[in-house]
Parts: sequence; structure tokens; C-alpha cells
Amino acid sequence: MKLLTAIIKPFKLDEVREALSAVGVAGITVTEVKGFGRQKGHTELYRGAEYVVDFLPKVKVEAAVKDDLLEQVIEAIEKSASTGKIGDGKIFVFDLEQAIRIRTGETGADAL
Amino acid sequence: MKKFFAILMLAVGLAGAAPVLAEVKAAPAAEASAPAAAVAPVPNKGDTAWMTVATVLVILMTIPGLAMFYGGLVRAKNMLSVLMQVFVIFSMISVLWALYGYTLAFGGGGSFYGGLDKLFLKGVTVDSVAATFSKGVVISELTFIAFQATFAAITCALIVGAFAERMKFSAVLLFSAIWFTFAYLPMAHMVWYWDGPDAITDAASLEKVTAAAGWLWAKGALDFAGGTVVHINAGVAGLVGAWLVGKRVGYGKESMAPHSLTTTMIGASLLWVGWFGFNAGSNLEASGAAALAVVNTLVATAAATLSWTLAEWLLKGKPSMLGSASGAVAGLVAITPACGFVGPMGAIVIGLAAGAVCLWGVNGLKRLLGADDALDVFGVHGVGGIVGAILTGVFVSPDLGGTGVYDYVANRVGDFSMGAQLVSQLWGVGTSIVWSAVVSFIAFKIVDAVIGLRVPEEEEREGLDITSHGESAYHY
Repeated sequence: MKLLTAIIKPFKLDEVREALSAVGVAGITVTEVKGFGRQKGHTELYRGAEYVVDFLPKVKVEAAVKDDLLEQVIEAIEKSASTGKIGDGKIFVFDLEQAIRIRTGETGADAL
Repeated sequence: MKKFFAILMLAVGLAGAAPVLAEVKAAPAAEASAPAAAVAPVPNKGDTAWMTVATVLVILMTIPGLAMFYGGLVRAKNMLSVLMQVFVIFSMISVLWALYGYTLAFGGGGSFYGGLDKLFLKGVTVDSVAATFSKGVVISELTFIAFQATFAAITCALIVGAFAERMKFSAVLLFSAIWFTFAYLPMAHMVWYWDGPDAITDAASLEKVTAAAGWLWAKGALDFAGGTVVHINAGVAGLVGAWLVGKRVGYGKESMAPHSLTTTMIGASLLWVGWFGFNAGSNLEASGAAALAVVNTLVATAAATLSWTLAEWLLKGKPSMLGSASGAVAGLVAITPACGFVGPMGAIVIGLAAGAVCLWGVNGLKRLLGADDALDVFGVHGVGGIVGAILTGVFVSPDLGGTGVYDYVANRVGDFSMGAQLVSQLWGVGTSIVWSAVVSFIAFKIVDAVIGLRVPEEEEREGLDITSHGESAYHY
């Protein structure tokens, strides 16, 4: 099993969710996050005061998938989250040791 | 209030013949000098209804209008502290107004202060009447008391924007009580106290009324709804406060961006709506002059919104919501002294000027002054008030579409001299700046000595909502 963490542009969330459902991902976890990468920040002006905003809002999507689904899922996120412009985000892949469905006690791939 | 018709002075001669303490007849009660044989006038029901609505509209300006306008501009951790300061100051001043404020501002007395005849509103009944600006027209004195109470309350509440996010709540309240007593009350008396038009029948009675009136009224300074008494007065107090309280921790280094410009826009809009009560209500009658104030308050504010927005767009690259809301408030401030005196075209020019000049007030001028006037009380209210007070003296001119200045002796619009009127206006501006600065300085020093001005740095960093009030504005 693998755990994917994708950092994407907030307005791309719906497309990513649809793309993941289409390839058979049964559940995801979404968090609103802030951060910076190569896109860097922007400046905001309030009357006379100028502030450099370093951290931009992004959305973090987490999904646990079976090994044989991994390539399809990565491709789905890449396609659906892409605008071709700087700041589209990143995908990180981790090995996932164990998964447990709390209600039934099922473990491993059955729990996903 | 359009209390002071400079023509009164022109009619009797020299504007400099400032009266000093002179004995006065009772208050703005008007029936005393009504022409012989005439029945004492009674309040008109329409005027009473209108003034009641106007009073409530000014309350709407303060709570929630001003509170929301200011609240949105601070960081989320200080939201409730600003709302609380405005809410409690409003309540405290309303009570102090009834106890001793009204009599000191509008009781008969000297040139600078009223007397104590109406302490605790003694002698005021449902039959008491107050003068308006028309002979033979009065309103209920109780209505006048309530209407004027709201002016005192919003003026004190305006100041908190300057030292927001760092001052002790107790210090804010003590300062407000002192400043109300020694800055607001005398300014209101100086600018707005007179015996009313019915007391004026000939040159001799005009001289008598002038001698008994407030010092700036006698100088012929025009201030229809409070450019000097409210806005310059509060703006200068704010600037002095920002200096003496000191800068916020992290000022210029950390982001202090407004936490909710949505709230600020709602607040600015409520201010605009309520301001019709403030400005048109200052006419004290539901007459054509009130309608003029309504139109001027509409178009000057709209013009100032446009000029601030366009200037910001040109100079800074983007037209911002905060800029538009600030422009609207700048326009409201600037038209306040002028709203019953100038024509709609004059009002538009005043608005256009105020929007652009106040944008400078919160940028270039603010950097020049170097104080952390957190919500730009001086940049908007002080600067806008000065622009409005001076331009009132220009656009009141009948040649420029203004109403001119009424001559109560001849019972017609008097001859107008722009030079003389501008001198009168500058007296008003200068007096309010100096008076407010001196009183504010002393008041802040007293508060500093008694309870201290600032919260400890640790509390300031955590935010005043939790450390001063024990609650949070938002639960995410």
C-alpha cells in the first residue's frame, strides 16, 4: 500500500476529487494548508501599509491506495491538478505499513 | 448643526468682537423672545418624528456601524476589544451626557462652557422645547437631548481607532470620560450654543445673542453637523493618543493586515446610511434644508469614494475595497460641516477633494507624522474634517450654488464675503486642533499616571480579546 500526499491549488480540488473517484480511489482526506515553493508569495496593500505574504493557501490531499493503483492515481492527480503555471504543487508518495478500518477491524488492502 | 450664521456678525460689524463670559438667558429654549402677542410655538409632529428617526440613525452609525468598520480593520485576536470599546464608550457617554454633558454643552453660560442649570436634566419636561434655525419653529428639548447625546458618544468612540490593539480597556474608558468632559463639551458649546433665532429681532438683540453664544458661533464659524466638534476634535485626539500610547509591538515588521474587510465594508455602509440622520438631522427640522443635506451627503460621499478609488488605482495599481470604504468615510467626514450650506455641485467638489487628500493623509502624511495611528483616525477624520471645514467657507457662497448665510435681522440671506467666511472657518479649525491637542495630551498623561496606558507586551501579542475580555471572536 502507498500513501499519497498531494499539495495542489485550492480551486483544483473538485477536479482532483473527480479524477480520483474515476480511477477507483474510495476515500481522501483534505486539509487547507499554507506554504511556499518556487511560486513565492505576493504583496498586499492596505491603505499605506504594504505586506509581503510569503505563505500562499494550498490544499493538501491525502489518499491511501493499493500498490497496483499507484501509477493511475499519480497520473490522475497530475492531469487534473495541472494548469501549466508555476505553483501547481507536488505529489509525495510514501510506503504505507498498515491500514485498519475501525468499525470492522479489517486490515491491509481490505480496509482501504 | 448650522448654528452659526456668519452674517450675524457681518450685520453687527467686526467678527473679532468676541464676547467673553456674558450672562445668558435660559438655554436654547426659544419661546422667551417670541414676538409679543404670538402664542408660544409648540413642536411639530413631523419634526418630532423625523428627529427621533435621525437620532436612531446616528446610533446605528456607532453600534454597529463604526464598531464593524473598525473591527474588520484589526487583527482577529483584537476584534472583540474594538467592538467592546465602541459599545461601552457609547453607553458610558450616553449616561454622562444626561448627568452633566447636556447642561455643560447646551446650557446657557459662558463662551466656552454652559452652566449647570440643567444638571441631571433638571427642569426638562415633555413640554420643554429647543430652538431650531427657523423663527417660530421648535422641537421637543428631550428629542434634542437624545439627538445630541449620540453625537457626543460617536465622537468619543471615533478616537479608539488610533490606539487600537494595545491600550488597556480601563485606560480607554477613563480617557474617554476626561476627554468628553474637557474637549467635547466645550467644543460643542463654543460651536453650537446660541439662544435661537427667535431671540433675534434687530441689531441690538443680535448683539445680545452673539454675546451670549459660544465663542466660535460668535466668530461666525459654520459647522452644520460637526466637522470641527466631531471630526477634527476626534482626529487630533487620536493622533495625540497614537503618539503617547506608542506603536504596536511589531509595527512595521509584522503583518497587521485587516482580518475582515467584509466586516469593514458592512460597517462603512452602515455609517453611510446612519450619516443621513447625522447630517440631515442636524437641520433639526424636516424641511427643504434637511433634503439638501440628504442630497449632499449622498453625492459628496459617492464622489469621495470615486476619487479615492481612482487615485489609488492610478498610484498603487489596484482599486481596493478598503480604499473605496475609506473614501466613502472621508467624503462623509468632509461633507459634515458643509451639508446644509453648500449646493450639490459644491458637495461633489468637496467629496472629490476629500477622497484624494485623505488618501494622502493615510500614506504620505502618515509616514511624515510617524505615529502608529492604527486605523487612521487622523488621516481620515482629522484631515477630512479640515478639508470640509475650510471648503464649507468657499462653497457656502451663493455664487457657487451655496445657501449663503442667513441674516436673522433682515430675515433674508445676507451679503456674503468669502474672505471673511474663510477667516471664520480657520478660527474653527485652529481652535479645535489646539483645544483637542492640549486636552488630549493632559488626559493621556493623567491616565498614564493613574492606571497606565498599555497592556503588557505579552498580552498584546496574545491579543486583547482573550487577555482583556476573556473571550474569542471566532471559533474555527
